[in-house]
Amino acid sequence: MDKRSEMHRRERRRYVIGYGGSLLLTFAVFGIAYRYGIETKGVYLAISLLGLAQLIVQLVYFLHIDRRRSSREDLDLILFSTMVLLIIILGTVWIMGNLAVRMHTFPM
Amino acid sequence: MKRAPTHSYPGLNLGRRHASADKASEVVTFGFWVFLMSDLVYFGLMFAIYITMIDAQAGGPGPHELFDLKSIFAQTLILLTSSLTVGLAMLALKYNLPRWRIVFWFFVTLVLGLSFLVLEIRDFMSMAAKGGIPQRSGFLSAFYGLVPLHGLHVTAGCIWLIVLGIQLRIFGLTDLLMSRVVRLALFWHFLDLIWIGIITIVYFGGLTYG
Repeated sequence: MDKRSEMHRRERRRYVIGYGGSLLLTFAVFGIAYRYGIETKGVYLAISLLGLAQLIVQLVYFLHIDRRRSSREDLDLILFSTMVLLIIILGTVWIMGNLAVRMHTFPM
Repeated sequence: MKRAPTHSYPGLNLGRRHASADKASEVVTFGFWVFLMSDLVYFGLMFAIYITMIDAQAGGPGPHELFDLKSIFAQTLILLTSSLTVGLAMLALKYNLPRWRIVFWFFVTLVLGLSFLVLEIRDFMSMAAKGGIPQRSGFLSAFYGLVPLHGLHVTAGCIWLIVLGIQLRIFGLTDLLMSRVVRLALFWHFLDLIWIGIITIVYFGGLTYG
């Protein structure tokens, strides 16, 4: 009985840590946007890195994905999907951006 | 004997206490994970279209006139909190807490999901009042293709919460229903991940590059 409630507490703490971490990152993102404005690329870089950090926090603490052997297949599937996504997104942006430059609709 | 908890599918596992439901969840939850990943690719396509369409505003209203960051901030907090509450429902299920605790956390999640939708629809309406309708420009078409798609997923999640809550009250904790709760929690966490992509790329990206 005791061991069980200890497990319960530990797993609940995991969710609360994930929630706290995500909350912190959310406040950081909107705080930066509020404080520095959202005009410059440097600010946007910071915002996107914080967004990436938040994705990882939620994957680990909410979806319980990590490098343990037993969840390796799930991680493999995420990594494969991410690869497909990156090919699609970067490929699209590259080709369409190139086209826009050649059509002179997009100032270099 | 101390062993690490077994982990045979994504999300919080039901564990040995619910051995048969845990076993029943293994294959279907992995299948559901495959569905989520293909859904992710679909969202990725919409993101790619949005990124290429950021400049295609055709003289119509752009991100600076249309986006309301305060409302986006509120929506983010609501969705994030609902991700915690759906996790608490999963924990209540795993550790055999009274059944009303599960239904209670379902209810809180549902209320948060619905408030998210109300705020989102209010945003769309105020955008439309400023002339930001889908047919105005390529940028707005891409926006309305992506963000309401996420809203539609949240709506589906809310319907799922209601149906599953009723089923839990009527049938109790059968293996099948427990395994459905596992997948619902997974779906809900996934929507939170997509939303982070939306605030980063659609809203902040739009405001920076639009």
